[in-house]
Amino acid sequence: MTEAAAAADLVAEQFDDLPQQHEAAKLGMWIFLATEVLFFGGLFLAYTVYRYLAPETFAAASRHTAVLLGGANTAVLLFSSTLMALAVRAAQLGRWRHLTWLLLGTALLGIGFLVIKGFEYHKDFTEHLIPGAHFLWTEPNAAAAEMFFWLYFAMTGLHAIHVTVGIVVMLILALRAARRSFDGGNYMPIEIAGLYWHFVDIIWVFLFPLLYLAGHR
Amino acid sequence: MEKVHPPKYYWANCGWLMLLLAVTWGLGYVNLGVFNLPLALVISVGKTVLIVLFFMHLKGSNRLLHLAAFAGLVWLFFMFLLTFADYFTRGWVTPGH
Repeated sequence: MTEAAAAADLVAEQFDDLPQQHEAAKLGMWIFLATEVLFFGGLFLAYTVYRYLAPETFAAASRHTAVLLGGANTAVLLFSSTLMALAVRAAQLGRWRHLTWLLLGTALLGIGFLVIKGFEYHKDFTEHLIPGAHFLWTEPNAAAAEMFFWLYFAMTGLHAIHVTVGIVVMLILALRAARRSFDGGNYMPIEIAGLYWHFVDIIWVFLFPLLYLAGHR
Repeated sequence: MEKVHPPKYYWANCGWLMLLLAVTWGLGYVNLGVFNLPLALVISVGKTVLIVLFFMHLKGSNRLLHLAAFAGLVWLFFMFLLTFADYFTRGWVTPGH
């Protein structure tokens, strides 16, 4: 097969060429991410309103979160994003071995994030910080503190679901990279998955100060 | 084919992000009164700009993508603005006077 024929094989019939197909794929992903901004935005808005209503209790409740684990997790995600960006570069250059390892590394750091989060949830459980019948709050305004922890679990939970989806996507792409599916210039699935992964990283970048550093320690 | 950046391009960004994380984390232990959280959020916005421009390649991509990225923020802004207009003004006016 000639190079031109191989390239034509990668282009769906509604597109003129590969660059146009790439632009369309990226635009679709950015629009999806805009809807995700609003999806998470509802929770950020709820947080802002309740923090406005009970700022001191939110600061006090935030001091009960595990800042060391939360901070470490921020570093883990920022580092994973760096590997992801390098994976896109490896895909651009057609270096499929590099690509496979970088995708596996990204997935592994994602798993590390979830493991750290698991330890954190366990710590919250033993300290009776999970909202519901066993929620225990000895400081003033228990209702507002419980609301903080409802939001803490909803926001970190929704984020953790996104990380889990990202890990599955990375593992599938790593498998496909190892089978050399992205040779020949069609690296767009990697770029698109990267956009998603970086977006999930950005959400955490806001969750970290809001949930862990709402009041100084 | 889009521009391929050297690995240094991404590692430098990683370095700046880690530095900003260290600053946020450190400031969390300093009592700045009401400014603790706003300052931390300003740093978060800074990190987001770095991730979006360099990792997500918005720098150097076409205007249509800039527009799509910006649109999400515009709607988010409206959602916050209209909700604040309700919650933050409750109790300003006493009915019947």
